[in-house]
Amino acid sequence: MDFYQRLMNLDRRWVYLVVGIAVIIPVLNPFRVPVYVTPEVEVIHDFVKNLKPGDILFLAIDYDPQAMAEVHPMAKAIMRQCFAKNVKLIISALSQNGPGMAEQLISEVAKEFNKKSGIDYCYLGYKPYPGIVILAMGQNFRIPFPTDYYGVPLDSLPMMRDVRNYDDVKAVIDISATNAADFWIINANGRYDVKLALGVTGVMTANYYPYLQSGQIFGLMGGLKGASEYEALSKQGDRAIKMMSIQTTAHIVIVLFIVAGNIGYFMSRKKKKQ
Amino acid sequence: MRGQLPILIVFVSGVFMAIQYFIPHDAGVFFYEYGGVFFYEYGLDCIIVIGVFAMLLGIWSLFRVQLDKVAKRSPGWGYSVVALGGLFFMMIGGPLWGIEEGTPFMQVFWYIYTPIQATMFSLLAFYIASAAYRAFRARTVLATILLLTAMVIMLRLIPLGAISGPNQKLATWILMVPSMAANRAILIGIGLGIVATCLKIILGIERAYMGHD
Repeated sequence: MDFYQRLMNLDRRWVYLVVGIAVIIPVLNPFRVPVYVTPEVEVIHDFVKNLKPGDILFLAIDYDPQAMAEVHPMAKAIMRQCFAKNVKLIISALSQNGPGMAEQLISEVAKEFNKKSGIDYCYLGYKPYPGIVILAMGQNFRIPFPTDYYGVPLDSLPMMRDVRNYDDVKAVIDISATNAADFWIINANGRYDVKLALGVTGVMTANYYPYLQSGQIFGLMGGLKGASEYEALSKQGDRAIKMMSIQTTAHIVIVLFIVAGNIGYFMSRKKKKQ
Repeated sequence: MRGQLPILIVFVSGVFMAIQYFIPHDAGVFFYEYGGVFFYEYGLDCIIVIGVFAMLLGIWSLFRVQLDKVAKRSPGWGYSVVALGGLFFMMIGGPLWGIEEGTPFMQVFWYIYTPIQATMFSLLAFYIASAAYRAFRARTVLATILLLTAMVIMLRLIPLGAISGPNQKLATWILMVPSMAANRAILIGIGLGIVATCLKIILGIERAYMGHD
């Protein structure tokens, strides 16, 4: 087997090794990569930036630990930006492991800004079957969630006294790694005309561009890059910006492997023809 | 009656959910107060109750299979012990210590469950790298288009200095035009399929959910 054939048929273990090294190096020697901000992320940032103190935003945390690296920084940056501006938050978690994600986020960020449950934010918690829950919340948040996550009746929470349904929130931002995003589009925007933006994982991003163009969602954050763009705009945290160096080196390595594979393929074919 | 009642429930529920979707929200308040509340409130409870029974069935099945492996000392029975331990710890730990941050329930969630899920997901990067290396070969015209598109989309995540801007614009065009056209075609196809299937179920033509062909 000549060099080009070897280049074309590298053992997968070499690929794994090089990708592994490419991921470890930026962890040991962190560096920053420039962030190019896209309009679909900027529009979400500008919307939150223009909210007034006392306005209510609905933040849906619909992801599990596996997608945490990509979408957790988005949720954290939005929560920080809201609390810094005294915007109140209603938070739900409609994915099975979402409550843990939301609870961690709240306990960290609310503590940082000294925000109180029931006054500055209301954590509704989890209920199964997101489609039905989202529909029911359009009538009244109290139908699926008579109490908040901590068992306190919604009516006894000061910030929820005059809040009935989506009409009382400025928008819903769904940070999702599940099909809950589809339910929010169909049942919240489609049924109740709720202003909706999404933050999704990198692989999900392409699926939601049709909804962006149709105006069913007003903004879209895709994967770690979307999170880094939001962090760069809001200046709330830099975890995603830091992690972009790891993603960048991994992508460069993948691109180089693809290029090498194609060089091997074309050179082998050329040799065969000769 | 046993055959007719489920069809009637499906028909009424299906027609309600279809109609409520097209009633404007403000006008729907009356609709909601006199009937909608039943479907939203009690309907949601019913679904949760059914889900709980399905969960019990799942737990029982998991318990039986794992216990059987341990009893027979089947290969890998040690993993079954861990699975059973985890099952009972989380089932008992939640009600016993609560589910707030800092409780044993949440510590297991954060220090065992989360790293396991993150590790499983991270392994994908290695498989994707290997698969991309093997699959993206410019063997035909279509394969070349696929390869070039993938490169543009992948490169938009990498800062490339002066060409980052044009590449980003090209990537956005790919996502907003050809990719979206294909996505829309698929979505509309799926949507029409769902409408046809739902109509068949609501009208009682499709009865497979009752165990009939």
